[in-house]
Amino acid sequence: MLCKQLDSYMGGIRCLALMIKGGATAVGSESVSKTVLKEQYTKFIGKKILFIVVLVIFLILLMGFAATLGSASITMKEVYIAILRRLLPNFAISKPLEAELSDIIVWRLRLPRIMLGVTAGMGLATAGTVMQAILRNPLASPFTLGIASAASFGATLAIILGIGFGFAGGTLVVANAFIFTMLASIIIFTLANYKGATPGMMILIGIALSFTFSASTSLLQFFGDPEEVAGVVFWMFGCLGRASWSNVTVISLVLLICMSYLIWKSKEFNVLNAGDETAKSLGVNVEQLRLVSMLVASFVTAVIICFTGIIGFIGLVCPHICRMLIGGDNRFLLPASCLLGAVVLLGADTVARTIISPVIIPVGIMTSFFGGPLFFYLLMRKREEYW
Amino acid sequence: MKLKITGITFKYASEPILKNVTMELGKREILGLIGPNGAGKSTLIKCIDKILKPLGGSILLDGQEIRKMTRREIAKHIGYVPQTSSGCFPATVFDTVLMGRYPRTGWGSSDRDIEKVAEVMELLKIERFALRNFNTLSGGEKQKVMLARALAQEPKVLLLDEPTSNLDIKHQLEVMEVIRDIVRYKGISAVVAIHDLNLAARYADKLVMLHKGGIFAGGYPESVLTYENIKKIYGVEAEVKKGPYGLYVLPLKPASYSAVMENRVFTSVE
Repeated sequence: MLCKQLDSYMGGIRCLALMIKGGATAVGSESVSKTVLKEQYTKFIGKKILFIVVLVIFLILLMGFAATLGSASITMKEVYIAILRRLLPNFAISKPLEAELSDIIVWRLRLPRIMLGVTAGMGLATAGTVMQAILRNPLASPFTLGIASAASFGATLAIILGIGFGFAGGTLVVANAFIFTMLASIIIFTLANYKGATPGMMILIGIALSFTFSASTSLLQFFGDPEEVAGVVFWMFGCLGRASWSNVTVISLVLLICMSYLIWKSKEFNVLNAGDETAKSLGVNVEQLRLVSMLVASFVTAVIICFTGIIGFIGLVCPHICRMLIGGDNRFLLPASCLLGAVVLLGADTVARTIISPVIIPVGIMTSFFGGPLFFYLLMRKREEYW
Repeated sequence: MKLKITGITFKYASEPILKNVTMELGKREILGLIGPNGAGKSTLIKCIDKILKPLGGSILLDGQEIRKMTRREIAKHIGYVPQTSSGCFPATVFDTVLMGRYPRTGWGSSDRDIEKVAEVMELLKIERFALRNFNTLSGGEKQKVMLARALAQEPKVLLLDEPTSNLDIKHQLEVMEVIRDIVRYKGISAVVAIHDLNLAARYADKLVMLHKGGIFAGGYPESVLTYENIKKIYGVEAEVKKGPYGLYVLPLKPASYSAVMENRVFTSVE
């Protein structure tokens, strides 16, 4: 399975090389023969791979740039050297003393936050892409099925009443947010499994859950102290301030496992786009795919937002932007959207912590603040009918 | 490939849709399913492809029980062409046809898949809009793309749910000709649910006339499409004639026309 996957990407890279060498020729419209048709398609795939490669390069540059910003100034070169020194033990260019300083700044102070931004962006955008595919709904996002409300309720319970699962202190909020998110998904899973896992049914169950949890949260806030309520509101903004290597590791591991599953299933998501009946006739076990993928996407979301709070927008819009640029083939859309999510969240956070420094604006506010207008622009600019 | 259907029964929420349907289909044969709206044509087609699960009876594909096969296995033998379809998100025509290769390959698309897709697209003459968005095509073009997707599965049985219902007469004939040629040359079979009795008479080898979920008549077009049957099932008086191109049916008037008219006059006077 993995071999085939790699093989297909490699095929794309090969034709990408061809494109760069020979230059892309214009696509002929009249009397296309079979060979030309095949050539057209490989070029079409090549463009998608190119987009993904560009995103990877851009993300690496952005990470380096983000690490230079802060109270102690270091250059991008120093950042990359500091990173490479730890990754490759034999790598030594700069003098030991300077290197030690930049090592502390990069690895201890800035990289955890950057990595949390990257992994959270990846996870949220992936979850959004999957939710849109399995619910066949352009409005779906990781929070469509009431996940955000469930997480908020869990966090509120911990902040205001101090009760919940897990240990006292900060972990209580994290554990509670996570557990209530998973609880919400399991409720949807069970009900949808019983009533038939159609997109409409799942969205309606999600909306009902969302209202229930929001009302419970409001009720708790109504009885809470002003200070506690402020804590809840701040949690809901979503920020990367609680970054540490341990939570980055947890998110990365979860992301790795879930991404493998989702990319493995990406061709089934493509088939699902043609409708449930057609997908069944083509051999896809529609209900099972929908339920399992929903659980996986919810799990990724839960693991992220329990550390960061609610960060909206990324999961909704990154898939759309990528779909406008490279089309709807989920085999390429998933990785592209995942990378774009990382770029957008990291970019937004970099702006958020430098624009009125030393005040750090919560990144959840920034993503929507800049992302909204950008999305407007893309929607208006797109000439061809989008869906 | 032989398809044998015995005693199929299906219900939607205790409302019986199919009652004890039994029929057989051989190689290189086109079976036309006719009958008024709600007779169970689409339901029967979906039951054959296990999109809906029948309550009783058996469907054998070359002696193999379909109920015991996985969806993927069925998809290697049976290609289904829905009545209409549009995706929620944009997909190119090429990618849409490529979906037909899914049951045979899984994740990647090998050169053989691309080759096969290009081949069926050329066969149906749709290669011109290979990279256009499927959702922006006209009804006739969409129908051909969906047919191409089913052919890319390399099926032994094709199931078509009213393939001509949204098409103009030229596209209707084109689609039916393609179906007939493929069935003949590739040695496969097809079940076609169809409203147009003239197209049914012309292109189907055998007809099954469904009425309220049961088989009312079955056999060669001459024996099924008779004045009495059409009047009884459709409530229409029609002239059935044999011409140089086979049977043709000319519907004349609803059998209960005068009664309807009297009622209307009566109420309007009141």
